Amino acid sequence: MPKDNGIGASPKRREDVRFLSGTGNYTDDIQVNGQAYVHFLRSDIAHAKINGINLDAASAMPGVIKIFTGADFEGVGGIPCGWQVTDRHGEPMQEPAHPVLAQGKVRYVGDQIAAVVAETLEQARDAAEAIEVDLEELPAVVDMKAALADGATKVHDDLTSNLCYDWGFVEENKPAVDAAFEAAAHVTTLELRNNRLVANPMEPRVAIGDFNRATGDSTLYTTSQNPHVIRLLMGAFVLGIPEHKLRVVAPDVGGGFGTKIFHYAEEAFCTFAAKALNRAVKWTSTRSEAFISDAHGRDHVTKIELALDAENNFTAVRTDTHANMGAYLSTFAPSVPTWLHGTLMAGNYKTPLIYVNVKAVFTNTVPVDAYRGAGRPEATFQLERVVDKAARELGVDPIALRRQNFITEFPYATPVAVEYDTGDYHGTMDALENMADISGFEARRKASEARGMLRGFGVNCYIEACGIAPSNLVGQLGARAGLYESATVRVNATGGLVVMTGSHSHGQGHETSFPQVIAEMIGIDESMVEIVHGDTANTPMGMGTYGSRSIAVGGSAMVRATEKIIAKAKKIAAHLMEAADADIELKDGSFSVAGTDKSVAWGDVTLAAYVPHNYPLEDIEPGLEETAFYDPANFTYPSGAYACEVEVDPETGKVTIEAFNAADDFGNIINPMIVDGQVHGGIGQGIGQALLENASYDENGQLLSASYMDYAMPRASDVPFYGVDHSSQTPCTHNPLGVKGCGEAGAIGSPPAVINAVVDALRSGGHDIHHIDMPVSPSRVWQAMNG
Amino acid sequence: MYNFDFEKPSTIADAVSALGTEDAQALGGGQTLLPTMKQRLASPSKLVSLNGITEMHGICTGDDGALCIGGATTHADVAAGAGAYPGLAGLAAGIGDPAVRARGTIGGSLANNDPSACYPAGALASGATLVTNAREIAADDYFQGMFTTALDEGEILTEVRFPVPEASNYQKFEQPASRFALVGVFVAKYADGVRVAVTGASEEGVFRWTEAEAVLSGTFSADAIAGMAPGSDGMISDLHGTGAYRAHLVGVLTRRAVTAAS
Repeated sequence: MPKDNGIGASPKRREDVRFLSGTGNYTDDIQVNGQAYVHFLRSDIAHAKINGINLDAASAMPGVIKIFTGADFEGVGGIPCGWQVTDRHGEPMQEPAHPVLAQGKVRYVGDQIAAVVAETLEQARDAAEAIEVDLEELPAVVDMKAALADGATKVHDDLTSNLCYDWGFVEENKPAVDAAFEAAAHVTTLELRNNRLVANPMEPRVAIGDFNRATGDSTLYTTSQNPHVIRLLMGAFVLGIPEHKLRVVAPDVGGGFGTKIFHYAEEAFCTFAAKALNRAVKWTSTRSEAFISDAHGRDHVTKIELALDAENNFTAVRTDTHANMGAYLSTFAPSVPTWLHGTLMAGNYKTPLIYVNVKAVFTNTVPVDAYRGAGRPEATFQLERVVDKAARELGVDPIALRRQNFITEFPYATPVAVEYDTGDYHGTMDALENMADISGFEARRKASEARGMLRGFGVNCYIEACGIAPSNLVGQLGARAGLYESATVRVNATGGLVVMTGSHSHGQGHETSFPQVIAEMIGIDESMVEIVHGDTANTPMGMGTYGSRSIAVGGSAMVRATEKIIAKAKKIAAHLMEAADADIELKDGSFSVAGTDKSVAWGDVTLAAYVPHNYPLEDIEPGLEETAFYDPANFTYPSGAYACEVEVDPETGKVTIEAFNAADDFGNIINPMIVDGQVHGGIGQGIGQALLENASYDENGQLLSASYMDYAMPRASDVPFYGVDHSSQTPCTHNPLGVKGCGEAGAIGSPPAVINAVVDALRSGGHDIHHIDMPVSPSRVWQAMNG
Repeated sequence: MYNFDFEKPSTIADAVSALGTEDAQALGGGQTLLPTMKQRLASPSKLVSLNGITEMHGICTGDDGALCIGGATTHADVAAGAGAYPGLAGLAAGIGDPAVRARGTIGGSLANNDPSACYPAGALASGATLVTNAREIAADDYFQGMFTTALDEGEILTEVRFPVPEASNYQKFEQPASRFALVGVFVAKYADGVRVAVTGASEEGVFRWTEAEAVLSGTFSADAIAGMAPGSDGMISDLHGTGAYRAHLVGVLTRRAVTAAS
């Protein structure tokens, strides 16, 4: 019988009551007394010199309080980058200045030229139209390879070129990798693009800056996945405000998907302007603005080669990737194509030799940074595509080729610097094969063909490194931050608990799943536990939520703090029952003395902690509140096998997903329903990338797909009912819950299955096609079929 | 959105009068106009809602058997109430999503004449008569290119009269993002011949594919037009498909419409 409480139960998400009934408290719902509104005048030209800005007419418009330009930010810090990559030659990456408002030049369509603060939003917009900007258009740099050509126009005049870094990994392995390719019995080569995406969280970004003249304190309300990180970055690097004078609040946040990790100029602007004007200043992004101001994702162009010996064992992998950084370095941009990508190139396979080269390139486009999966989808896509192509070239079964090369012994140290703690890749593949009814595929294909349709089946595996990350390791790799997590567990006098976590929930359901862990540990009902997050004023310094880290790192911190609570409560219980600490047992919310019938309830102990009339005051303090900081010893390594079945209409090129099955190994699972939902959402985004989504720039740097009229988001009718299975569970060995992250797996694991299936379908129709770039839109498929 | 005045008259005469103001604009369901205004790409001085004009709502059958639809009738009402003309009801049922169909009107769509909208194909393939406050306009004369019609400034489309064909079908191939027609083809078979109208494909807006009409008027079967497609010159090329792809789709969708109508 399924549990109805604690770890492994699937209670309905308690936060959904307010989300679904319109009673959430999102940043835009916050109205600060006397707030003014800011509208940003954004460049509609991708690359231009600012020869002058005339504010005379605009400043005289009704309601205008002040118009800011880059000149107002001289002496103020720029938007910092949180990760420094060192290149193949030991040199640091090129790191351009990133001003809050453009200074001298605009570098992408959407770059902020000026900020109009007015009494109303409409007045601010009216005044922005009256600003006269003298822009001298410069050639736009859009294509990455052209950006690196000799004589290319530079996005940043003070850098030596548009190359941010040329990264080799592992550089000293390159000669051995090259030699393995010389000796290979077979080499499969594939060139592909990982399409640029716009994250499109349901809630656009919002920032409100507030300043209290009496105390000198600043407050920023913002749509962030990590308020403490924003406080540190903005306070220390941009505005020079110490943490104790700056509060950052990220209340209910309507989806992040990575793009709300980063510190954005609008946040710094609102905080700065609130102090300068002694008025709260509010900015709410429009959806149109989001397309040209939220950091984009992906955008890699890759050549991957796979070497095999005569027995079809993988002997080496070599990749060459150009990664688009956009016009400036967003907060974690440099880490995505390097440490979150190169380290995953072993995949699920015991390939002994791997070399990854990544050239990160500046272009006149929106900055690119982490988007659900961040580097790992790019790694998985190219690896699983080239393995599939190799199977076809060699005439072997794609599943058999994968199984033959699976890693089977753990822990396993890859040649790309990470050590997988646990996994069972045959186990997830077995589960997948059971779900996907592979033996029935030929009959389904024949039925499709009888209707004039092509049918294809595609499979892939994935491994990912999440639950980021050991601070000492990422420090060596260039991170300018630690990646621990924190929790304070406060037990109230009558026994209820409040957990103040450094993790942040923006759709993940922490308010439901985190209490399940404590309920399990203490043996109480989860309704006795409340989760507080998102406010630097009442949570310990934490690093926030991204990289599928919340339960693995934030949950572990909560476990450690709860263990301290239990240890102290046992001392109190021992005192109350006049027994030895070591004899106290906690079960079902009751403390008992081993071997006796003596017991005290959880609530008696917590009350004693706050009403310490009969209390061991000489040994322990009153109260029951503990904090823990947890720094993980390793990443967690969820893995899985996914299968997609498609139908392709040969007359129109339209691809329909007929079935999608996913077998994942997430180790131990706290709330199976929430994990199912995470997998569903991730697959939906992966199908979106594979079939529909594409941020497309023209040669002048104009974003062609800048609204939902041209940027295709997946809708319910675009995706099938998913088959999901998490029965294969190899618990993580290094965190106390044995959990692995599940938030990004679906988005990482699904795109190659879709493309493998489409290629399979087209080949069954007699088309000699080995690859189609994402998204496989009808017109692109039709073009592929019709040369 | 810029400020504007708003009027909601209850008679056509009052609406015509209200539209006499400089830069006044008629408002149907607002499914195109209001988003355009929100983006500050349109700035009418006054919006004149046609929604309060009772005689512009509803569906009836004329003395000549034509299906007459008031200009302010919503897509949802046409989808539910045009059972006498199943091809047209099907077209209306496939426009946008339920929210769009609950607000958008046939008159608004035909007055806007978006090159990817569905109704222009239905009206042109039906040889419909577009009735205004001032005159009657044949569909063949009404559509004059992208976002361009025979309507004069301030002229209101009050009713559309559709001769009901013996057989009809509308096939829409959706643009993946907007779900407007990447290409849409309406085929209508009348006693005196077949009419085929194409939306979404041409830079000139909705058009009749006369080559297919000639063949289908002889033999109304998909096989009769096997392999046929219009030329790709003048077809829209964009992110979602080349002109050649759209021209190809016109052939495919016409065959599918004929098969579905047969």
